[in-house]
Amino acid sequence: MRVERFLPLVAAVLAGIAVLAVTLLATGHDPIIAMGAMWRGAFGSWDTILSAVLPRSIPLIIIGLGIGLAFRAGALNIGAEGQFYAGAIAATWAGLHLNGWPAPLAIAALLITSILAGVVWVAVPVLLRVRFGVLEVISTLLLNFVADALVSWMVQGPLQEAKRIYPQSDPIAVSARLPQVPGTRLHLGLLLAVVLALGLWLIYRRTLWGFQLRATGAGPLAARIAGRIDTNRMIATALLLSGAIAGLAGGTEVSGVSYALFQSLSPGYGFTGIAVALLARLDPLGTLATGLLFGALEAGAGGLQREAGVPAVLVYLIEAVIIIVVLLSDAFARRRSDGRF
Amino acid sequence: MAPVLELRGITKHFGPVLALHGADFILEEGEIHALLGENGAGKSTLMGVAFGLVRPDAGQILVRGTAQQIRGPLDARRLGIGMVHQHFTSVPALTVAENIGLAAGWPVSPGPLSRRVRDLGEQTGLPIDPAMRAEDLPAVLKQRLEVLKALATDARILLLDEPSSVLSPPEAEALLTRLRDFRSRGMSAVLITHKLDEAIRIADRITVLRRGEVVHTGPAGAESAPRLAALMIGDPAWAPHRLSQSASTSEVRVRVQGLAVERSGPSGVPLREATFSVRSGEVVGIAAVEGNGQRELLRAVAGLLRPSRGDLAVSTPVSFVPEDRTSEALIGEFSLAENLVMAEGESGAWIRGPWLDWGSVERRTQELLGEFSVRAPGPRTPAVALSGGNQQRMVLAMALERQPTVLVAENPTRGLDIKATAEIHARLREAARQGVAVLFHSSDLDEVVELADRVLVVREGQVIELSPGATRQEIGARMLVGVPGAS
Repeated sequence: MRVERFLPLVAAVLAGIAVLAVTLLATGHDPIIAMGAMWRGAFGSWDTILSAVLPRSIPLIIIGLGIGLAFRAGALNIGAEGQFYAGAIAATWAGLHLNGWPAPLAIAALLITSILAGVVWVAVPVLLRVRFGVLEVISTLLLNFVADALVSWMVQGPLQEAKRIYPQSDPIAVSARLPQVPGTRLHLGLLLAVVLALGLWLIYRRTLWGFQLRATGAGPLAARIAGRIDTNRMIATALLLSGAIAGLAGGTEVSGVSYALFQSLSPGYGFTGIAVALLARLDPLGTLATGLLFGALEAGAGGLQREAGVPAVLVYLIEAVIIIVVLLSDAFARRRSDGRF
Repeated sequence: MAPVLELRGITKHFGPVLALHGADFILEEGEIHALLGENGAGKSTLMGVAFGLVRPDAGQILVRGTAQQIRGPLDARRLGIGMVHQHFTSVPALTVAENIGLAAGWPVSPGPLSRRVRDLGEQTGLPIDPAMRAEDLPAVLKQRLEVLKALATDARILLLDEPSSVLSPPEAEALLTRLRDFRSRGMSAVLITHKLDEAIRIADRITVLRRGEVVHTGPAGAESAPRLAALMIGDPAWAPHRLSQSASTSEVRVRVQGLAVERSGPSGVPLREATFSVRSGEVVGIAAVEGNGQRELLRAVAGLLRPSRGDLAVSTPVSFVPEDRTSEALIGEFSLAENLVMAEGESGAWIRGPWLDWGSVERRTQELLGEFSVRAPGPRTPAVALSGGNQQRMVLAMALERQPTVLVAENPTRGLDIKATAEIHARLREAARQGVAVLFHSSDLDEVVELADRVLVVREGQVIELSPGATRQEIGARMLVGVPGAS
C-alpha cells in the first residue's frame, strides 16, 4: 500500500473543511468557534475519542469492509443498510432469549445469529441474480426499504417491549452484551473490526481465493477465460459474505451500543459505509482509516450542534465534498494515465 | 449517362497498414454490384468511404457525375446513399417505428409515425410491425429493420455489408428477391458478400478486391465460383507442408467425433459437424471466414463451451490463447506476476495450501520475461503498459507455463508486427516439437498456410479436412465455395 494514494483523501478533507468554513460564514456563524466545537466534539478529550468517535466508527468500518468485499468481486451491494437491520433484528431476538447463558457463549450466539440474518437478507438478491439475472444493485437497494419496514413492524409487534408503549424492544440479556472499556462506551466491536480488516487484507493479498476474487472484479472476462474461474459462483460467494459482514455490524451495534432494537438504530451506516469503502479504494486497512475519519466527522457533528448551535447536518457537506474531490482526482488520474490529459 | 456512384483512386492507411490502394469502383444506375474479397481485403473500408464513415487519404467520390465531399452519414443520406451494416445498429429499447423515425429524421408522433412505417413496409414489400421493440425482433426482422432504415431516407443507392450472414438460407433468398425488386425500380445496390454463389446469382457485375486493390471488375454472368475464389486469393503456389514423420504415428491428443456446438455470439453460424483429431507434435490450422463456427469449435476444444452433440476427448492440461488479449487473456491493471497467478490457478508452483508465495511468483515471472523476450520493466509492471507484441509474448508464456499437452489459439498474431509475429510462430512450432498438440485459427489464410502442418476448413459450421498436398488456392476455394454438393 503506497501512501501517496491517500494524498487526494487528505486534500479532500482540507477542501471539505474549507467549504464548511465558507458555508458557516455565509450563514452567519463564526467558523473558528464552530470548527472548534466540532474538533472538541471529536478529539476534545479521551472521552470523546473513546465514547463518541470510536463507537461510531465501528459499524462504519465493519460495513465498509463488507461492501468492499462485494465491490472487489465486481458485485455492487448497495443493501448493507438492510443487511445491517436484518442482523440487528436477529441479534435482538437472540439477545432476548439468551438469559442465563455464560457471556462468551451468549455473545457468540448473538453475533452468529446476526451474521446468518445478513446472509439470509442478501441471499434473495443472490438467488434473483443467479436464477433470473436481476441486477443486484437494484435488488439489494430495494430490500433496504423492506428491512426498514420490517424493523418498524418488529418494534411495534413481535419484538415490542413488554409494556407495549414505546416502539422499541426490551433490552437484551446482560450476558449477551459486548464488554466495554470501563468508564467509556468503547466496546469489543472495535477489536472485531480490526481483526476482520487484517484478515481480509491477508486474504486479498496472500491467498489464491482472495486473488481470484479480485481478478473476478478487475477483469471478469479474463478471469473466466484465462483464469478458468467460475466467476458467477465467485460473485455469489462475495455477496453472501458481504451480507454476512453487514449483518455482523447490526449484531455488534445491538450488543455493543443500543442493547435494544428501535427504528432509527442506524443513521444511514449502510450508505455511509459505501463512501467509507470507496474512499479507502476497497483496501481493508484503508477502510480502518476512512471509517475512523467518518466516525470522527459524525462525532464532531454532535459537538457542533451542542456547543455552537449549528445544525449537525452541515457536516454532511464535508462528507459530500470529500467524496466528490476524491472521485474527481481518480477521474483525472485515469485520464492522465490514458495520455488524454 | 454518368454512373450513380464512382469511387476513383481511393487510398486509405490505418496506421502502418495500407487498407486501400488506389481502388476504383463504379456503380451504374439500376445495377446490383457485388463486392468480393478475403478478410481484410478492404471491402468494408471502401464502402465506409462511400458512406462517409471513413475519410480517405486520397481519391475522389462522384455521385451522379458530380464530385462530392462525404464527411459523414448525414452527407451520404442527403445524396441518397443508404447503408445496411453487418451488425445490428438499432436502439434495442425503442420500437421499430421509433428506430426508423430516428434514422430518417421523421417527426416522432406515435400515430402518424406508425402509419408511415407501415406504409414504407408495404411499399417496399418488407412488412414489419411498427410497435415491436427492436430487441424483441427475430434475426430476420432485425435485418429487415436495418434495410428499412436505409430505405426510409429515400436512398437510391444501397450499400449492403454482408446482409445475409445472419440469415438462414430461405431468409437470405427472400432478401435477395427484394433486392431484385429494388433494381427493377431503378435503384442501385452494392452487395458485400462472402458467398460466391450468391454474388453470381444476384449481381449484374462483380468487383474483386485483394489486399486493398481492385483486381477484377466484370459482368457476373460469365463468372464461376472457383474463378472468383482464385481472383480473391491470388495465386502464390503453396508448397505443401512437410508433415513431420513422428506426428503421423504419435499419440492422439484431441479427438473430435460428430461434434456440434451452439453458436456463441449474436451472429454467425453454430458448429454443425466436426470430426477430426490432432496428434502430439502437430500444428493444425483452421482456415475459415469469420462467423463460420470455428470460434465455437476452438472454444469447445478448450473446454469453454459445452458441445450440444457428439464426442470430444481432449487430453489435459489444455491451454487457450484467446483472440482478444486485452479483455480475455490479461487483466490490464494487474501486474504481469498477478496475471501469471491468474492463468496458472491452482497448478502454480507458488501455491502453498491456500497461500500464495509472491516471491516465487515474481522470480518465475522474471524468468519468463527473459525466456520469451518480453520487453517490460519487471514482474510488477501492469499488463496494460506493454505493447501488443509484448502482451502476446506474455500470454503465450503463460499458456505454455502450465505445460499443456494441447494448445488452442485464436488469431494468435492479430495486430502484431512482423517481428513479433515471427517470434510467436517460432514459439508455437517449438511447442509442437516438444510434443504439444497445437490447434489454431487465423483469419489470415497466409498465416494458416505458413504455420500449419495440416489444414482444416470450417465453412457453414462444417469441418472439411484437406489433403496434405492442398494448395493455398484450394484451401481458399473451400473456405468460400465449400465442397461441391455438400451445402
